[in-house]
Amino acid sequence: MKNCDYENVDAADLKARTERLLADGGRMQGLYAWFPSASHAELRYVATLPGQTQFVGWSVDVGDDAIPSLAGVCPLLGWHEREIMEMSGVAFSGHPEPARLVTACLPRGERGPLEPDRVTRASVAADLPAPSLPAVSGRHVQLLPFGPVRADVLESAQFIFLYLGEGILHYHPNLFVKHRGMERQFEGMEPASATLVAERVDGVDTVAHSLAYVQALEDAANCQVSERAAWSRLVAAELERIYNHLHYLGHLCHTTTLKVGEAQGKLLEERAKQINARASGSRFLRSVIWPGGVRRELDVGAIASGLRVLKPQVEQYIALIERTTSHLDRLISTAPLSQKLAFDQGATGPIERASGIDRDLRRDHPYAAYRTLPPSVALAEEGDAFARMKVRIAELRASIALVERAIAEPAPDGPLLVPCAPAALAEGLGWAESARGTVLYAVHMDGEARLARVKIKSPSFSNWRVFPSTVHDSNMMDYAINEASFGLTISGCAR
Amino acid sequence: MSLWTWFGLKTGSASTAWPLEGDDDGQQDVLGMPRYDPDECEPDCNACANVCVTHAISLAPSPDMAVRPEVDWGRCIVCQRCTEVCPTGAFTASGDWALGVHERADLKWDTQMSERVVHEVTERTRRPFARSLHIRHVDAGSCNGCESELQALNNPYYNLHRLGIFFTPSPRFADVLLVTGPVTKAMHGPLLQTWEAMPAPRWVIATGTCAVSGGVTGGNYACGTGLDGVLPVDIYLPGCPPNPAALIHALLMIAGRSRQRMRGGQIER
Repeated sequence: MKNCDYENVDAADLKARTERLLADGGRMQGLYAWFPSASHAELRYVATLPGQTQFVGWSVDVGDDAIPSLAGVCPLLGWHEREIMEMSGVAFSGHPEPARLVTACLPRGERGPLEPDRVTRASVAADLPAPSLPAVSGRHVQLLPFGPVRADVLESAQFIFLYLGEGILHYHPNLFVKHRGMERQFEGMEPASATLVAERVDGVDTVAHSLAYVQALEDAANCQVSERAAWSRLVAAELERIYNHLHYLGHLCHTTTLKVGEAQGKLLEERAKQINARASGSRFLRSVIWPGGVRRELDVGAIASGLRVLKPQVEQYIALIERTTSHLDRLISTAPLSQKLAFDQGATGPIERASGIDRDLRRDHPYAAYRTLPPSVALAEEGDAFARMKVRIAELRASIALVERAIAEPAPDGPLLVPCAPAALAEGLGWAESARGTVLYAVHMDGEARLARVKIKSPSFSNWRVFPSTVHDSNMMDYAINEASFGLTISGCAR
Repeated sequence: MSLWTWFGLKTGSASTAWPLEGDDDGQQDVLGMPRYDPDECEPDCNACANVCVTHAISLAPSPDMAVRPEVDWGRCIVCQRCTEVCPTGAFTASGDWALGVHERADLKWDTQMSERVVHEVTERTRRPFARSLHIRHVDAGSCNGCESELQALNNPYYNLHRLGIFFTPSPRFADVLLVTGPVTKAMHGPLLQTWEAMPAPRWVIATGTCAVSGGVTGGNYACGTGLDGVLPVDIYLPGCPPNPAALIHALLMIAGRSRQRMRGGQIER
C-alpha cells in the first residue's frame, strides 16, 4: 500500500491531532470503520496535506469506550460519524446530532448492516433515534413534505420544507430512501468482478467510481498499469465529465425556464453520449475500467470526429447562455456558499472550486495519465449559483481541450491489462476526481483474498451535506435553481 | 429571448425520424445483450457462469456430461464479461437491444419457447392510448443510469412527445407506471401508493435489470428483487440501463404500436 500512510493514533489524541492537521492546511477526506476480526473494530481517518501527493491517515483502535466525536472541530465528519454509529455500531461521544442517517428509512435491526456476522462487541446501532425536525411554531408557518415520488423523471428523495410565505425557515432532505447497501454488497466478492458493482454505484459517474475502486485494488496489489491503460483511463474520465457537465447546463436552464437552452443542452448531452457509445460500446462508458488496466481499447477516430462536431456547438451554446440576462439574473447572488462553510462542511469538486477553494485531485494527487496531461483547474470566488455554473463551463471547455490534447498524439505503448490480484489481508486506497468531486474508495481483503470491506466516499454525499446550509433563509422560488446549480445525484449519496 | 428564438428557428428539427421512418435509432455501436449459441459450448466449461455476477448464466447440476449454460437475459447487466472469457465463441458481443417482453419466461433461453407461434392481439381497450400515453416514473432504487436514459427521451433527438407519449407528474393522470431499481425497502410503500393512485386501465413496465430481477444488489438487507411479487408487470425490459431506443420500443408495445421481438430468450432478426 503506497497511496496512504497510516499512523496509529490514540482515541484521546484525536481532537488535538485534528486541530493540528487543519492548522497545517490539511483536510479531512473521509472516515470509516472496519473489523480486522469479529471482536475488534478499527477506525480509519483519511486526510490530505498541502503539497503532498500521497494521502495520510490515522488508524484508531476502538476499545470499550466511545470515541470522541470530531464534528465540533471538523464538521464534515459529522455525517461520517453518524453513518459509522448506525452501520458499524461504533459509539461516538459528544456528537451534536446522534440520530440515524443512512438507515433512517429502514426497519431497525439489532445490529448495523456492516457489523460482521459473528461480532462480539457491543453495538450502538439499535439505540440511535430516528432524525427529527426542529420544533417550529407560528400561525403562518407551513410544512411541505415533497417526495419521495416527485414530478418529472427524478431520483427518489423526500424534501421537507418549513416555510413562511416564500421564505424557507428550515429544510430537511431525506436522501436515503434509495439506500441499496452497496458497501455491504462488495463483501465476500472476488475483487475484479466487484468492479461491475462499483460501476453501478452511481450510473452517471461510472468511470470515476470504477476508477477509484480499481486504483484502490492496484494499491493493495502493488500493481502498476501500463501508460497506455493510464491514457485510456484519462480519456474515458474526461468524456464522462463532458456529458455530465452538458447535462448540468441543460438542467440548469430547465430550472430558469429557458426552454430552448434546456433542449439544446440536453441535445448536446445526447451527442456526447453517442460519442461515448461509438468510442467504448457504452453510452455511460461502462465495461472500460478493470483492475490492472482497461478492458477495451477506445476508438480514437470516433472520439476525434465526434468532438470536431461537438466542440463548436458547445462553444455556440455557452456563448448564448452567457448572453442571456434572464438566465444569469436568476443565478447571480442566488444561494451563496462561503469559502469557510464550503471547507468546514466538506464541499467538493466544482462546488468548492466555485467558493474559491483551489483543489483538484487530478492536479494535486495525480493518477491515471494526469501527471503527463495535467488539467487546467477552474476557479471562482463568489460561491453563488452563477459561480457554480461558470466553473462547470470552464471545466467543460478544459475537458474537451484535454481529450483533444490526449488523442492528438498516438496512444502510448503497453498492454491494455496487466495482472492485478491483491494478496490476502492486503488493503488499499484509491481516488478519482469525478464530474461532481472527490470519489474515494478504501478496500480491505480477507484471509482468502476476497473483499472484506469496501468504503465508498462519493462526492454527492459530501455536497448534499453542504447543500442545506445554502437553502436555509433562502426562498422557495430559488430552491430548484439552487439544487440544479449543485449538480447532485441521490444514488451516489444514498449508495 | 429573441436570441434563443432565432437560434431555435435557424437550427431546425434535431429529432430522428425513427421509429416512424428509417433506422437512425441513435444506438450506433452500443453493445447490448451478448448472442448465445449453445452449439458452440465445450463440455465441462463453466467460464461464463463463473464470471457472471448476477447469475444470468448458470449451470444446473446434472448427471448429463454435456450440460449447457442456462441463460436468463432478465438478470443480465450487459457487462460483456462472458463474451470476454468464452473460449469458443458461444457468447459473442452484439448490439441486440429490443428486449421488452410481456412474459418474464420469454427472457429465459428456451428453444421451444422461441419457436412457438404467437398471435398478438391488441386489446380493444388499448386503442385510445395508441397516440396518447401518459407515464408516471418511479425510481425505486436505481443507480441513476436508468433515469439518465429516461430523461434522454425528452431531449430533442428522441423527442418522445412526437409519438404521443408524455411523462406526467401525477399518478392520477398516468396510464403507465415505469419503475426502475430493485425496489428498496424504503421505496416499497411509496411505490405501492403511486400504483394505487392510478386509474384503470393501467400498465406497469419493469425498467432495467434491477426492476426485472434485482440487479447487482437484489435481495440484500436494503433491497428487494425487482417488481415480481410487488406489482403486476406488463412489460419486462432488462438492460443496464436500457437504451432510449429500447425504452421507446417498450412504450410502443404498451400502446399496441410495436411487436415483441424476443421469445424464449432469442431475438428475431
